[in-house]
Amino acid sequence: MVKTATFERGIHPEYQKEITSNKPITSAQLPVRVVIPLSQHTGAPAKPEVNLGDEVKRGQLIGSPSGFVSAPVHASISGKVTAIAEFLHPSGRMISSVVIESDGKDESISFKENVDYMSLGVEEIKAIIKDAGIVGLGGAAFPTNVKLSPPKEKPIDTVILNGAECEPYLTADHRLMVEHPREIVGGLEIIMKTLGVNKGYIGIEENKPDALEKMREVVSKESNIEIRSLEVKYPQGAEKMLIKAIKGREVPSRGLPMDVGVVVQNVGTALAIYEAVKYGKPLIERVVTVTGKGIKEPKNLMVRIGTLISDVVGQCGGLVDGAVKVIVGGPMMGFAQWSLDVPVVKGTSGILVLTEDEYVSSEEYFPCIRCGNCIDVCPMGLNPSMLSILSEKGRYEETKEYNLFDCFECGSCAFVCPANRPMVQFMRLAKSMVKP
Amino acid sequence: MATEKKEHELIVSVSPHVKGEESISRIMWTVNLALLPAFIMSLYYFGPRAIFVTGLCIVTAVLSEYFYQKALKKKITVNDGSAFLTGLLLGMNLPPLLWSFNPFLIHVPIIGSFVAIVITKQLFGGLGYNIFNPALIGRAFLMVSWPRAMSIWDEPTAAFLAFDARTTATPLAILKEDGIGKLMEVFGDKATLYTQLLIGNRAGSLGETSVIALLLGAAFLLYKRYITWHIPVSFLCSVAVLAWVFGGKNPETGKMLLFAGDPAFHLLSGGLILGAFFMATDYVTCPSIRKGQIIFGLGCGALTMLIRLKGAYPEGVMFAILLMNCFAPLIDRGFKTKVFGAVKETKG
Repeated sequence: MVKTATFERGIHPEYQKEITSNKPITSAQLPVRVVIPLSQHTGAPAKPEVNLGDEVKRGQLIGSPSGFVSAPVHASISGKVTAIAEFLHPSGRMISSVVIESDGKDESISFKENVDYMSLGVEEIKAIIKDAGIVGLGGAAFPTNVKLSPPKEKPIDTVILNGAECEPYLTADHRLMVEHPREIVGGLEIIMKTLGVNKGYIGIEENKPDALEKMREVVSKESNIEIRSLEVKYPQGAEKMLIKAIKGREVPSRGLPMDVGVVVQNVGTALAIYEAVKYGKPLIERVVTVTGKGIKEPKNLMVRIGTLISDVVGQCGGLVDGAVKVIVGGPMMGFAQWSLDVPVVKGTSGILVLTEDEYVSSEEYFPCIRCGNCIDVCPMGLNPSMLSILSEKGRYEETKEYNLFDCFECGSCAFVCPANRPMVQFMRLAKSMVKP
Repeated sequence: MATEKKEHELIVSVSPHVKGEESISRIMWTVNLALLPAFIMSLYYFGPRAIFVTGLCIVTAVLSEYFYQKALKKKITVNDGSAFLTGLLLGMNLPPLLWSFNPFLIHVPIIGSFVAIVITKQLFGGLGYNIFNPALIGRAFLMVSWPRAMSIWDEPTAAFLAFDARTTATPLAILKEDGIGKLMEVFGDKATLYTQLLIGNRAGSLGETSVIALLLGAAFLLYKRYITWHIPVSFLCSVAVLAWVFGGKNPETGKMLLFAGDPAFHLLSGGLILGAFFMATDYVTCPSIRKGQIIFGLGCGALTMLIRLKGAYPEGVMFAILLMNCFAPLIDRGFKTKVFGAVKETKG
């Protein structure tokens, strides 16, 4: 047995994965209407390719990329375009979106299958991935083809698939690994081929023994792919932490994984890549964990992109009395919603509903008592205590001396703060006030 | 749309949406609890005097915080246990005399506690902003204001209602004034001396005498991870080493004899254990970076031994910690945390 890999510091929140970890992925009902934002990814928003009143089919391109770091979007149902306007996005912003009313037929365009997909050329594969609108499904939604096109001066020797799923409550990646291990490995092989890499790892936290077992079974004959079990610790699935845990390499401050020769992709992204390259299927649906004490019937649902959260919540029995907070994403880094009429987007890994009992108010907080708990847990080795004090006092310039921009807002500091300080808020405030 | 929940009822706040169970009040009350064994031992040795002095300190501390915050229309934070802790620590750092020696000295603990809370803590902005350990400033204020009252010590008597306790000198004072010979005269042999110091059967401040009871509380705090080893261990190590190197005296000439000191005696006496585990570790007034905490602890130990061996006072823990409190922010600036991935950057 290989030793459990991990990184330094971090926290141990209550994982609450058992709510949905044994629930197989089921398909959500066909939505009657979808709202598909033209920007669901990091980078430039897509340009609309449809007009009001157009009839579209499932899989049809409705927005094309406008730049290198951008991604196309596709219709996730068949029907009629009834609006192209700004709609509320889970990030809290208003984003230009295409609204499609379903015709109930769910007709699809024909997808171009590649039975012998491993014989495709590298550029061909990248083009397929790009045209399929694939972005990182772990949450950051960075266009995948860009990640697969590192500059020449950054040689890549390792691909890591991220199956850590360190955010509490979420089980979408877990279920994918249990139910589709072969396809995920297929995706990894495509990524490795694209990058010319012959070493691949899949990192999975130890609290998913069934996923570890399934994945190990699949790769038992593949000498160039290794499954690594990871310590259950947050934020084990953060790119930099994962690379440190598996390869022992430290991505330089403010740098990218490619600076240490590594490309990290989420397991869900690998599956999407496999489906795009082999079956020609664009990214029009994803697995969403609908969970929390605030939801009547927690589920792992395969949801069409653009389905409104209210619709998804309705299919899970609705909210319980005493549900107070609806979060898109996980409890550590997800976004709280004020309206349920926001769509599931490509980066939506979960919908979490918290009840009054679980809700922790951050309204009342105290001055920093300098207990040092945040310093002990910060995965980036920062001094969040000092950063929060400087930000609180408006001394934003000085935060740079304390490596403010290395903070990726994992929230570990806020989790352990006895003074209940809104640490992430302080970091974001300072980041918005100074140039990197 | 199947929303059963009206939108205005949803709470929106910044991530993370779950939090650990730590809170300031939980920490403070736990530290108070950790001091309980030592307080019980002070009751055993000093009887009602312990309750009287400590109680007066606690009540004054809590009330002065309450009225200060009330008067300035600030958030009332007396429930967080930190004012209680300051009062408790101050009481445990005072001689028991204030009852038996002269009941008319009732104002002394009250003033000390007031100085600790209002001047040292609240005037600087309250918990989190104070530069010095409040309880120690309270005690230092009393030492310079009522030096006589603050340096007369009762003999510990296990008799609970002993109002007529005799006064005596603390072991550190005996060592300083009369030397090791006199100390042996009082306690018999070294084994007895160490045993008495361990269980706390000696003259001293109310809560500082019982090393065992203090260590019990300290072990609890270490187990709960409310304190770490860095400050206490470096503090105690520097005291032990310096006591061993410089603490010896040639019995004939009375001059310093190198490498002949008694580290165990210095570790077990005075307010060292109380100071090292419960006062030097005060979050607000010590460095928050671990490496810096070691420097802080070493400095505390060095200053303690400098005062014990060369200063006018027999005991130096209080002034040592207060002096190092001044350096805490500087130390924190000197020791930055090691940022993930920073190695490459500094080399390049």
